[in-house]
Amino acid sequence: MARKKNRMSTEVNAGSMADIAFLLLIFFLVTTTIASDKGILNILPPKPDPNNPPPEIDLNKRNIFNILINANDQLLVEDEFRDSPDGLDEDVKAFIMNFGAPNEEATALYNSLPASVKALSARNPESSDHPGEAVVSIKTNRGTSYEKYLEVFDLAKKAYFDIYAARVNLSTDEYRGLTGKNDAETSLQDRGKEGIPMAISIAEPDKIGGN
Amino acid sequence: MAKFGKKTKAEVSIPTSALPDIIFMLLFFFMVTTVLREQEILVEQKIPQATQLQKLQKKTLISYIFIGKPKNTALYGTEPRVQANDALLTTPDIVQWVNQERDLLPEADRGLITISMKVDRDVKMGPISDVQNELREADARRILYASIGKVQK
Repeated sequence: MARKKNRMSTEVNAGSMADIAFLLLIFFLVTTTIASDKGILNILPPKPDPNNPPPEIDLNKRNIFNILINANDQLLVEDEFRDSPDGLDEDVKAFIMNFGAPNEEATALYNSLPASVKALSARNPESSDHPGEAVVSIKTNRGTSYEKYLEVFDLAKKAYFDIYAARVNLSTDEYRGLTGKNDAETSLQDRGKEGIPMAISIAEPDKIGGN
Repeated sequence: MAKFGKKTKAEVSIPTSALPDIIFMLLFFFMVTTVLREQEILVEQKIPQATQLQKLQKKTLISYIFIGKPKNTALYGTEPRVQANDALLTTPDIVQWVNQERDLLPEADRGLITISMKVDRDVKMGPISDVQNELREADARRILYASIGKVQK
């Protein structure tokens, strides 16, 4: 008679599997840096061509919103001294949407705007004629900190995005999130921008306070 | 008298046999999303904060340039330096570097090359403006000031 063999259990003990997986998981959690490709987009002007100098365009002073930042990170906004850039976005918005002396096209644009954007228009003759003419100019010294420059540039962009978003009834974050990956998004983007070009000019920094 | 039937106790233990599977799923997620740094950053990088962030649709078009104070000040000095790929560049080398990066892209996309500028917040505008002039020279005019989101009040 065959004796019943006391067979060894063939099953692998899987109870500690979770612990091993946890160890690996924690390792990857710690080493992961989720790559962030977010930032503020800027298009530089083309390089100057010596044979073909850009045409001299005389803009009226009232159509330029001047922001100067000196080497001590102090601001001069439209000849007015400021210590911090807080509230600059509201000033930029009021400047762009001023409609001081709109031409025919700009009047049509004005009439097409929703009431919340129309409310920004002060029709001040001392400020910009209409959005197509308005330019926001940011000038720094070589000694200005990058952080302050980016803060001011950020606020100028915010002013434009706020206006675009209000035109298509989105929040600013939603408008900025549009990537144009399908036709609906592209048309929304275009409707927001139509007639109001984002004109932020970055002037060459002058030599004060830097190397 | 002894009519108290034994109550069937409810099973209280949660089955944990599926736990390893769940953990493995999480593990695979992180393994797939992890990008191990293949290059060493030689300059300080404290990225400034901003609110108006945008995302680019095509990540392949982005090339990175790092600007900041060198970490190894004994070797490279304390003035802000420019790093691209894994070496420090001098400003005039940037044009050549941009052309190399552009040649790596498919032909149709070459005009759309975007330079992501990862700049330390303590850098002054002087060096940045020099780099931007070189980028204009190289005709790589789309730039992205890399920044992290600011919590809005």
